Amino acid sequence: MNDPASANGFGRDKVVKIISSVLSKVSEAEEISRESLYKDLKDLQDIIHDARKEISFARPSDIQDKHIPTATDELDLIVKSTEEATSSIMDSCEILEQEADKEGGPSAFVVSEEVTKIYEACSFQDLTGQRVTKVIGSLVTIEEKVSKMIDILGSRLPGMDVPEEEEATGDAALMNGPQAPDKAISQDDIDKLLAEFD
Amino acid sequence: MTVDKNMNILIVDDYKTMLRIIKNLLKQLGFNNVDEALDGSQALQTFQSKEYGLVISDWNMEPMSGIELLKEVRGGSKNADVPFIMITAESKTENVIAAKQAGVSNYIVKPFNAETLKQKISSVIGDF
Repeated sequence: MNDPASANGFGRDKVVKIISSVLSKVSEAEEISRESLYKDLKDLQDIIHDARKEISFARPSDIQDKHIPTATDELDLIVKSTEEATSSIMDSCEILEQEADKEGGPSAFVVSEEVTKIYEACSFQDLTGQRVTKVIGSLVTIEEKVSKMIDILGSRLPGMDVPEEEEATGDAALMNGPQAPDKAISQDDIDKLLAEFD
Repeated sequence: MTVDKNMNILIVDDYKTMLRIIKNLLKQLGFNNVDEALDGSQALQTFQSKEYGLVISDWNMEPMSGIELLKEVRGGSKNADVPFIMITAESKTENVIAAKQAGVSNYIVKPFNAETLKQKISSVIGDF
């Protein structure tokens, strides 16, 4: 990724240089040149102005106002639709089980009707896939905006360290939810691991 | 070992659908006395009022997780040695080790199938 600060010639080094120059001139007050001090302060003002402009172009408020609400709404809908679909499929399965136990065998009409309901319920997968794609789109946009702001602030404001996130400990550290298939261990691996304790 | 299919089984999961799936699978295996709880604390309350032959619990629940429930059960409840199976999406090695150290009887990773559930139940209570 290009460093926007360097590209515009307002990088961290230049900020440090200007501040050092201003401090030096102020400490040697009797030799201070008003024009020189004004020029340094004007350069600083330009840097701050440009940084504010670039942050504003990144529209950080969109993250809170638009992208996060969209992503959470979509995720809520995914949870809701998958729950409804699963419930509908299970309703049909229970009816089919009862039908299978009936004297004289199951009614072809009932079986056909319930199987159709299962097919219909399975269509949630299509919608869920589309919603997940939208959530991924929102996350990518948020990532781009945050990266841009970190670039602008991190490279222009000397000494601005980003604090590291606190890591969970104890039982809380073990609640991570489903793993990606390439990171999860299989049931066979779990069985082997448990066997090692015996 | 003779398995009493009339024994009480407690299943714990914060997703009602998963409770329903497990309950139906247990029913197909011949176990009909199944109680449900939506998290560890609710399970503990239920656990104090009845004798259970098997506990099947999810891990990731609020306010009390499955691992906390397991520790509470093993730590001095009246039925501390009850077979306890964890069914969870948490599939990291450290999770399995932590569960084993807390006294889990067996561990099933989601998604699972009916055959795996049957095998793991058999491994902790005997063939049925």
